[in-house]
Amino acid sequence: MIGWLPYAVAVWLLLCGLYGVVTSRHLVHLIICLAVLQSSTYVLLLAIGYKSGAVAPVFVDVPPGTPAVDPIVQALMLTDIVVEATVVALLLALAVQAHERGGSLDPAKLASLRG
Amino acid sequence: MQFAPWPVAAPLVACALLAGLGKKLPAAVADAIALATSTVTVFCCAMLLRSSAEGPLVYWFGGFRPRQGIAVGIDFAVDATGAGLALLGAILVTCALLFSLRYFDKRSNLFQALLLAFLGALCGFALTGDLFDLFVFFELMSASAFGLCAYKERDLGPIQGAVNFAVTNAIGAVLTLSGVALFYGRTGALNFSHLARALGAQHDPLVFAALALTCTGFLVKAAIVPFHFWLADAHAVAPTPACIVFSGVMVEAGIYAVARICGSVVPAAPSGHAFTGVLLGAGVATCLVGAAMCWAQRHLKRLLAFSTISHAGVVMIGVSLLSPEGFTGASLYVLGHGFVKAALFLCAGMLLHRLQSVDELELYGRGRRLPWLGALFAAGGVLLAGAPPTALALGDSALRRALEAHALARWSIVIAAAVTGAAVLRACGRIFLGIGPREPDAPGGGTSDESPETQPAGIPATMWVPALLLLLLAMASGTIPHDPIGRSAALMLDAPGVAARVLEAAPAPQPAPPQEEPLQTVLVHSAETVLAAIALAALALTRKRLPDALRAPLGAIWAPLARVLRALHTGEVGDQVAWLTAGAALLGCAAALS
Repeated sequence: MIGWLPYAVAVWLLLCGLYGVVTSRHLVHLIICLAVLQSSTYVLLLAIGYKSGAVAPVFVDVPPGTPAVDPIVQALMLTDIVVEATVVALLLALAVQAHERGGSLDPAKLASLRG
Repeated sequence: MQFAPWPVAAPLVACALLAGLGKKLPAAVADAIALATSTVTVFCCAMLLRSSAEGPLVYWFGGFRPRQGIAVGIDFAVDATGAGLALLGAILVTCALLFSLRYFDKRSNLFQALLLAFLGALCGFALTGDLFDLFVFFELMSASAFGLCAYKERDLGPIQGAVNFAVTNAIGAVLTLSGVALFYGRTGALNFSHLARALGAQHDPLVFAALALTCTGFLVKAAIVPFHFWLADAHAVAPTPACIVFSGVMVEAGIYAVARICGSVVPAAPSGHAFTGVLLGAGVATCLVGAAMCWAQRHLKRLLAFSTISHAGVVMIGVSLLSPEGFTGASLYVLGHGFVKAALFLCAGMLLHRLQSVDELELYGRGRRLPWLGALFAAGGVLLAGAPPTALALGDSALRRALEAHALARWSIVIAAAVTGAAVLRACGRIFLGIGPREPDAPGGGTSDESPETQPAGIPATMWVPALLLLLLAMASGTIPHDPIGRSAALMLDAPGVAARVLEAAPAPQPAPPQEEPLQTVLVHSAETVLAAIALAALALTRKRLPDALRAPLGAIWAPLARVLRALHTGEVGDQVAWLTAGAALLGCAAALS
């Protein structure tokens, strides 16, 4: 029906996330913006594998030949979630350390190396 | 015996063992396991390199072979270039493990576990024949690298470096994955060869959008301008043993992925296209910005980091030609650069260990008591400038011939080699000879408040040996046979031939390697850059004695340039992501202009 909508949402999430990361003044906020940015790939992957009127790719109780959505992109998306959750967790741990050591979560105050 | 899966499996299993058992494992046993694993990986990669010299080696996991030209399983498609990159990585990780034995006062087994995870991911990245696996190994490599960078989490510097590194690279990975998803949506294929065949010579905007997105992530890893900001922040603060693998092989792995995708997956990106034009331009900009920023540093590790950026630009220029000559030159350059740069980082690490600082001006004259370290450092500087007999000198010469039609790019390569070599020699003169102006308040790389990783003590053999070994390997790399490298480079551009090999097990194509550069030309080219480097270093060290008529115009050119460049490197993650977005947009526009 409106097949382009998920792609538009993916682009929108990507741009929102980028804007948030660029303008953020707080590390935790920045990391959440990164997570928003990452979720654009989930939407994109699912949109690519989606077929209108198809069932979930579980072939137990359906007659052979029933159209199903693409299971490969779903596997890709799950892998992607695992990988990206790792990165977000690591970054949050770094944010905790930054707060403990520097007493601030402002990325600008963290910048001791410049030039 | 099949060697293909072992370079990935062995380090990952050992990593799980070390991380899982943690403190229950005595330090000596953990060290032995880590070193033994990386040595085994070196051996497996060497065997792979030997057996892939005649043509790509294809390994299908679980025996799921392709049916009617359609890849149903996942494969490793090992060509000599990939196996060589994995071998380089394994050697550097072994040296890093050796160096780290006595480098940290308080050490857990996690450092070795992270290095091994990095090694496994790197080998998978270099050997895989599947686009999505490439992404997964890329992310695994990134995640372990973030951990390595932030290993000294007690200081603010490493946290800043690791945050910048992780945020920019995670965004790059998102863009890469979006590109991979678009490729899959267009063709339904993820295997490189299957994908190349399905795309054929289709020039449609979606393919170019996918190409631009995929390459952006790899270019972030490769630290190509304007994606390079994270590298200097991360390398300056990461523990030295981690720096040598970052600089020596991780950055180059990013360029290798770009070469692989532009060379054999999307043959629709011919040389002379707007997209390759942008890659060439970005390579030139990277060479020049890296060289200028390298010269402007006083923090030794940051100086070496910017030199890596500059050299990554050189390799990028070679790759952007999409010709066998360019790829051969780039491969040789990566090989030589990896060893030389790793040796230089180890020298900086020994300075930090012995004298508790890596600040060129703070260390002024304090290295006089360490003449051997000084000699090692100077040798590294001269080799970095392109002195024979390293593969770097051969690559430099090959690239300069391949670039006969691009005068600007050829000059950038010369400038990159000469200026970065000169910066190392200048630091060497100040630290080990105590000559040159002192300028205690000179800017450059911020404060050098890097906390030493050890109590001051003599330099143990576990530090000397890897540094010496790397320098010797660098010199030995100059004797590498040219033709197998050239043939493998030509093969990377032969998409249909490789696809037939992978999907139908056809006999490997045997393309003619590009012509080898005569020794005489290599020597002339190296003499030029080395003499330029020595002259430039001498000029910097005797600046105060120069006549005013010469000094004033030099200062008038350099000072504003340095000020602008420094002002751009703010070290803030938001700015870096803004640059990343701009660069990705530029790449996308170039791809759209087809």
